[in-house]
Amino acid sequence: MNLWKKYHNAQTVSDALQALAEAPGTAVLIAGGTDLMLDLQQGNHPPVHTLVDVTAIPEMTALEIRDGELFIGASVPHAKITKSQIVQEHAAALATACGLVGGPQVRNTATLGGNVGHALPAADGTIALTALDAEAEVASLEGRRRVPLEQLFAGPGESTLDPRGELLVGFYVPLGESNQASAFKRIMRPQGVAIAILNTAVWLQRDAQAEVIADVRISIGPSGPVPRRLRKTEDTLRGKIFNDETLAMGVEVVVEEANFRTSRHRATKEYRHHMAGVLLEETLSMAWLRSHANEGVFV
Amino acid sequence: MMNLQVNGKPIEIEPQPGETLADLLRVRLGLTGTKIGCEEAECGACTVLVDGEPVVSCAYPAERADGKEILTIEGLASLTPNSYQKVGDRSDELGSELHPLQEAFITHGAIQCGFCTPGQILTAHALIEEKPDLTSTDVRKALKDTLCRCAGYPSIEKAILAAADAIRTGEPVAPPTIDLSSKPLKTIGDINFRPDAIEKATGTAKFTDDLIFDGMLHARVKRSDYPHAILESLDVEKARALPGVVCVLTATDIPGENNHGLVIFDWPVLVGLGERVRYMGDALAIVAAESEAIAAEALTLIEAELSPQEVVDNPVRAREEDAPDLHESGNLLKHIKVRKGDVEEGFADSDITLEHTFYTQTTDHAFLEPECSIARPTEDGRMEIYVGSQIPYADRNQVARALGWPEKRVRVMGQLMGGGFGGKEDIAGQIHAALLADVTGRPVKLLFDRQESLLVHPKRHATQIKLKVGAKNDGQLTAVRTELYGDTGAYASLGEKVMGRATAHSSGPYEMPHMRADCYAMYTNNPPAGAFRGFGALQGQFAIENMMDRLAEALDIDPVELRRMNALQVGSTTNTGQILRESTGLMECLDKIDAEMRRLAKDDGYESPFAPLPAPRSPHLVRSWGFAVAYKNTGFGGGAPDKASAEVELYPDGTLEVRTSSAELGQGLVTVLQMVAAEEFAMSPQRVKVLVMDTDLTPDGGPTTASRQTYVTGNAARYAAKTLREAITTTLAEKYDQPPDQIRFVEGLAQVNGHKIPLGDAVALMKAEGREPRVMYEYWAPETQPLGEGGDMHFAFSFAAQAVEVEVNTRTGEVDVLRVVVANDVGKALNPLGLKGQIEGGVVMGVGHALTENYIIEGGVPFTDRLARYRMPNITQTPEIISFIVEHPTEDGPYGAKGVGEIVSIPTIPAITNAIYNAVGVRIDRLPVDQELIVKEIGDKY
Ligand SMILES: Cc1cc2nc3c(=O)[nH]c(=O)nc-3n(C[C@H](O)[C@H](O)[C@H](O)COP(=O)(O)OP(=O)(O)OC[C@H]3O[C@@H](n4cnc5c(N)ncnc54)[C@H](O)[C@@H]3O)c2cc1C
Ligand code: FES
Ligand code: FES
Repeated sequence: MNLWKKYHNAQTVSDALQALAEAPGTAVLIAGGTDLMLDLQQGNHPPVHTLVDVTAIPEMTALEIRDGELFIGASVPHAKITKSQIVQEHAAALATACGLVGGPQVRNTATLGGNVGHALPAADGTIALTALDAEAEVASLEGRRRVPLEQLFAGPGESTLDPRGELLVGFYVPLGESNQASAFKRIMRPQGVAIAILNTAVWLQRDAQAEVIADVRISIGPSGPVPRRLRKTEDTLRGKIFNDETLAMGVEVVVEEANFRTSRHRATKEYRHHMAGVLLEETLSMAWLRSHANEGVFV
Repeated sequence: MMNLQVNGKPIEIEPQPGETLADLLRVRLGLTGTKIGCEEAECGACTVLVDGEPVVSCAYPAERADGKEILTIEGLASLTPNSYQKVGDRSDELGSELHPLQEAFITHGAIQCGFCTPGQILTAHALIEEKPDLTSTDVRKALKDTLCRCAGYPSIEKAILAAADAIRTGEPVAPPTIDLSSKPLKTIGDINFRPDAIEKATGTAKFTDDLIFDGMLHARVKRSDYPHAILESLDVEKARALPGVVCVLTATDIPGENNHGLVIFDWPVLVGLGERVRYMGDALAIVAAESEAIAAEALTLIEAELSPQEVVDNPVRAREEDAPDLHESGNLLKHIKVRKGDVEEGFADSDITLEHTFYTQTTDHAFLEPECSIARPTEDGRMEIYVGSQIPYADRNQVARALGWPEKRVRVMGQLMGGGFGGKEDIAGQIHAALLADVTGRPVKLLFDRQESLLVHPKRHATQIKLKVGAKNDGQLTAVRTELYGDTGAYASLGEKVMGRATAHSSGPYEMPHMRADCYAMYTNNPPAGAFRGFGALQGQFAIENMMDRLAEALDIDPVELRRMNALQVGSTTNTGQILRESTGLMECLDKIDAEMRRLAKDDGYESPFAPLPAPRSPHLVRSWGFAVAYKNTGFGGGAPDKASAEVELYPDGTLEVRTSSAELGQGLVTVLQMVAAEEFAMSPQRVKVLVMDTDLTPDGGPTTASRQTYVTGNAARYAAKTLREAITTTLAEKYDQPPDQIRFVEGLAQVNGHKIPLGDAVALMKAEGREPRVMYEYWAPETQPLGEGGDMHFAFSFAAQAVEVEVNTRTGEVDVLRVVVANDVGKALNPLGLKGQIEGGVVMGVGHALTENYIIEGGVPFTDRLARYRMPNITQTPEIISFIVEHPTEDGPYGAKGVGEIVSIPTIPAITNAIYNAVGVRIDRLPVDQELIVKEIGDKY
């Protein structure tokens, strides 16, 4: 029982799509393989006929500023993202999140595309992208389309992509502007499963005159079956002066809005409630602080 | 075809379906320096560099390496920088061409079992290439997921920093700073590198799974789907029919006895029809096939019908009247009792009594090398077993029993072991491999994957310990009463012994007039529990050391002072009625740690070490210190005869060989034996070879357990060497007509009357006299008394004190261990480099047991079914360790030495929980520490 029969090192996006569509049996995309290989090895994914490797496709390993947006190829490994100067500048939350995934060896192969493609509600890279208002570029043999990140997910471990006909090429993140900043934090349990108990990404825009939160985006995982933004909480905070009172109000709404649950050997619902408050407060404060530091630095 | 470069050589090779890079390297290219610890991308043992970047090769599809450059440990030495080759290379001295990193790992004692070493060195190499002027922080970041269970993390870190310095400056690798014995002898007490360190650093070391024999088959085991059931039917025909399957065996195929065990033979080799399955690891059938994949597929074709029974999932339930009986003898493995004086009188006499119940968790040894056995039938009708085992002679006995053979027909050949910690004392795959090899006539390898390893081998006993202490207002203990329940799981293993130690140590290293303990070691449907570093003494002293701090608080006495007042010292009578006549260095340990802790705390601005100290800018991060002491027996004790044999031979080339079956699991016994023989002959340890773990060639050294090997086998080797030296002296005295006391041994030569005679000549002289230059010595440790009979229950105890500084995050409940100050009374520090490794590893394992490790079982079903669900500490969780060596020699120990292997972890755990209380006021009575509980109790915010 081999876990796969054929391994295809795709050279271009259309090569990958073709291989995916034309394989005589089951065919699956593989990037770093740090999710997929383990699923195959542990029997959580049935053996497949063809693995289509997308890690050597130049278009998918690009990381650059492109037409006023930050483009991160789906096959860029976390290690590269976290060390990238432009990601640190324009998408600090993502740089932090990617730097926390797994360990150094895993980060050298595990990719952002795989993190999103695996579609787990608390994947670190995904949560950061969600708060950064990223869009994914999706390719099929018919052409390309752009999809807001939140629309990629159908349920835990399930994406809305056609598994035999579509792939993620990369992600577009708006460039940072003066008085904008983002932050990411997570809390782990030292025992048991190494998935975050909770992770939080925040993006905000500061109104420099009034010292108010002009705009804000928040995502917390896991706060439901799919990664998502917490819009009620955002609405509560938007336009408010940044102070302890506002933070406390935000914390209150988060607990209502997010659908926290107890997961066995990871965390109780109550601890998640408590931690959501702590993380929200800490990420908001950090982003707020950074928005000062970022005043006018963007070119 | 794919083309890749491996260690600078171009390779063209046909890809194979489903192949990982690790398999390609290990199996097809024979580069077995790349190790497999988990196949889950968790442990980092399989790390290789792909285009200069470290990746885990177990999760890397081989075909992705097409066109890439791979570096494995075997290729590193050739990359030694030129500048370094000129200046710093010590290859002459070390006898091999080495990269500075490899040299630094060896000289800094960063290699213990060596299973993680290739991964560590390669990860470090990539880091140095990327950042030549790296810092400690860089090292810790880069090595976060390259786990070392021997946990010499501080030495690993220092070795890497030293190597980076050497590469950058072209200077030789700086030596480590090591505390030597206060009174070093010639070799004993000085620095000596492990003899196997070079092969471990270069990747040439062979562990069992690295061995391949012609025609070798691969075995897998069909195990139970239920923790408690009766096997109703078993159909293996479909599995037998699968092409590539050579043999499938069930219980009826066992020629000899269908059970094994170390004390009680209660563990079925294979569960038979109508028989009881007692845990999920029970074996129902075994398969040998041409490949591992075929064997694995065959398992899916075996149809077993089991009727589930009520699961007994904890020892308290197991003792209830209406609980189902798991064994014919019932569920009670042993009721263990300790009695001293009359506790009721003691409590009546006390001013204060405190009572509390504590819980310790099940933990797994998680040695990085999963179990592997190879059985090979020989042409003369014998069976060879290649295995990393802590008790080779017990393996021989149990394999022979199952085969129905005399013991001598079986030869166990112990291999290098990637850690053991007590988890490789019981049978794993030895018997199954032998049965299959016997039927097929071919060599059979049975390798556990990590999941199987976690499921099958005995764990540390989970315990429930009810403790009541009574004391006078001035702090004098009047009475201690303990009641323990130990979860010994499905089979006896060493459960009775472990819980015996837990019981005897449950009142701590203190003297009190009255003590009463009752322990119930109960069978359950959980995985068996057996030996694990700390051996019950760890659980027992978690409870009492926690209680001592509670008592100190209740009496308003300094916790160190309370311990000092009650500490065992020379002249004390232990709770089992043993009078301590010597070698009781507890007070010195305690004083040293107390002083150092107070000095450090004062420097940091603590009001008192046990007061909380919030961080100036982040008041939610609160630090404090905690204190604990411990003791641990050396050797079996309790009346069990404790002996070991060793043989020492002098060869014509003037080198010595020491032979004993005792096991080297990474702990450093081989180094100690080498040093002992070298000391007796006043020669360089490099001229002493040590052969261990071969039941044909080495005499029985007994089990490697109970911190006994340095003492018992060390003594056997010492007396064997001494007797041999005396025999040589006699020969030379006669030959040169000199009084024997005029003959000296210096630098590998005998000096007689001004002549220097090479020892090889002495061999010739002895042979001419018809005497063999060889001595076998059977050493019997001082006699001990069974529990309950008073007198010496143990022939020696080690003592320790520790202070731990923690930082607690009051918002999240997270706990960080910052500093650990340790003092260990080891009698004599024979091998300081090895001792350092034991101390680092022991502390880190203690941190793990307190904070990260938990083998979770639910209703007999392990939730912890893979390494991703079992967290052992990594380098970023390693505290700064400050160590003091205390040497109160024990008269009968070799040069005064006693055990060190187990004592270190014991006080770390209660010292951490005491420190947490001192920081944030939350008492921890259950392991591991739960961060949720801390926040909840701090704020009751929910
Ligand atoms: C030890 C360890 C620790 C980890 N720690 C973390 C952690 O802290 N945080 C965290 O978030 N995750 C963690 N992970 C999970 C995993 O590493 C990450 O989710 C990673 O980003 C997955 O990327 P990959 O490239 O390896 O994905 P792969 O395993 O290659 O793919 C994952 C899934 O995505 C699909 N896919 C891949 N690329 C594409 C594409 N371009 N378009 C569409 N679908 C695609 C695949 O078909 C597959 O279903 C950890 C994993 C391990 C082994
Ligand atoms: S990470 Fe590959 S074997 Fe453990
Ligand atoms: S030396 Fe690292 S695991 Fe043993």
